[in-house]
Amino acid sequence: MSAIVVYIDQLDAPGKLSTTAHQLLTLARTAGEPVAVVAGPASAELLAELGAYGVARVLQSEQPELGQFLVAPKADLVAQAAAAVAASAVLLDNSAAGKEIAARVGVALNAGVITDAVSVVADGGTLLAQKSVLAGSWTVQARAASAVSVISVKAHAVEAAPAPEAAVPAVESVEVAFAPASLGARVVSRTPRAASGRPELEDARIVVAGGRGVDGDFTPIEELADVLGAAVGASRAATDAGWISHASQVGQTGKKVSPQLYISVGISGAIQQKAGMQTSKLIVAVNKDAESPIFEIADFGIVGDLFKVLPQAVEEIKKRRA
Amino acid sequence: MENSALNIVVLVKYVPDAQFDRHLTGEAHTIDRNESILSELDEYALEAALALTDARGGAKGGNTVTALTLGPAAAAAAVKKSLQIGATQGLHVSDEALAGSDASATSLVLAAAVKSLGNVDLVITGMASTDGETSIVPAQLAARLGLPQITFASSVELDGTTVTARRDGDDFSEEIQATLPALISVTDQANEPRYPNFKGIIAAKKKKVTTVSLADLGVAPDAVGLAGSLTQVAAAAERPARTAGTIITDSGDAGIQLVDFLAAQKLI
Repeated sequence: MSAIVVYIDQLDAPGKLSTTAHQLLTLARTAGEPVAVVAGPASAELLAELGAYGVARVLQSEQPELGQFLVAPKADLVAQAAAAVAASAVLLDNSAAGKEIAARVGVALNAGVITDAVSVVADGGTLLAQKSVLAGSWTVQARAASAVSVISVKAHAVEAAPAPEAAVPAVESVEVAFAPASLGARVVSRTPRAASGRPELEDARIVVAGGRGVDGDFTPIEELADVLGAAVGASRAATDAGWISHASQVGQTGKKVSPQLYISVGISGAIQQKAGMQTSKLIVAVNKDAESPIFEIADFGIVGDLFKVLPQAVEEIKKRRA
Repeated sequence: MENSALNIVVLVKYVPDAQFDRHLTGEAHTIDRNESILSELDEYALEAALALTDARGGAKGGNTVTALTLGPAAAAAAVKKSLQIGATQGLHVSDEALAGSDASATSLVLAAAVKSLGNVDLVITGMASTDGETSIVPAQLAARLGLPQITFASSVELDGTTVTARRDGDDFSEEIQATLPALISVTDQANEPRYPNFKGIIAAKKKKVTTVSLADLGVAPDAVGLAGSLTQVAAAAERPARTAGTIITDSGDAGIQLVDFLAAQKLI
């Protein structure tokens, strides 16, 4: 069985595997022998968790350059580790950094890169990835034509499951030879962004999003999100107005989400917004303008005042649960 | 080197207008490029370049902003629009062999084109194309050119030869610094792109656009296009269009009806 490299970043949150990492390792196990390539410390806690997901081999580096410069040194690590284990595929999460590491690993290994995969299946010796393109209006099946496939995978492409039999990972320390230009873009400061305590947009089962119609007041959106255990999203109009953090933006230049339920509130539904949410399973829209294009794609639409409809829904949900 | 004149290359792409239906076509499932325009995300890259060169005296100060595009004859429209907005010259890589190039093949040709322009101080790109949407070409181009990569910048400042940018991630906002030459990609938060004015439209007619082939750049035709691409699209299907469901007008109980709908879908 060929080695499938999964990139694990331990620089920011050491000791814990992300839910996406669990999914990537599960995926790697279905395609070959999972090999974890870890940037940062490989603690006993982390190794136990990797073992539980069937990882018998870990390549790891704690060289300080990995965290001192933007993206490129991590790509050097992944490319050199993948070459060392003769990997047939490299899997990464689909964050901005994950995609960029994938991009550079592709150049280093002369390998095809597929981003934004929503499912990956082993198919006759290669991996076949499915993704949405053209703002979610088309679905394509893509594969790498090269010896190595590099794929960045969106959350929930597969259900995470520990291996039937846990492995005891052997850890090999890697001395990465960084390319000179990889040490060119230095991270001179980092400011943590405030955590909302709500689910991450891309992970959430339900998203409640607000737009221009909320007119600066996200309270009704947040209250509905909290009774539903949902993430809060926003249109670009709302983030540009400064009503909510840009990190909450859903759309062409923000997050692309496909939750079970997307509740769009006070958002007209221009193509740039649709690009981020039209692959959602169910769409509910609340807007006071009956002509809004969002109603053309809504499974359930309410023409009405969000400041009346949302609080009423919140009260009703609380009442039914009481 | 103090604040000397800059030689900047901006990548501009001719993409299908998202306001119309967009399609994949043919055996290789490539994009239908009718109804195309300058990718709106590239306008932020052009604005970033013009702001940096304006601060050093613009074209009169000896600064150069080259709008570089790769694509069929019609892609020249993206260069023309860039010249109208304020780029000083255009470079168009046009070759039939390019059709169907993936990110890897595209970045290979772009690297050769940037090198053909001599000593470039900065390559500036948008955060993604609005058609392919992979956002990986900037990172691949930086890797191929051996330039420091500052991507997804939401602000860019240049002091002498030191470029400082902010990158807003989900967990952190980072300040990134590099010495020129470098490659930067900018987000739609980076600036407010200017529009072409009448003077710019007239001036653009006199600006030089150079069209080159793969042979001119020394790139083999089989290294690009469908033949040279490292990814293949095995199948493509248009998603069934979403259709409108039940639309109601609130007559006082819409919030309750919303909860009924969610309960029927087993979402609460």
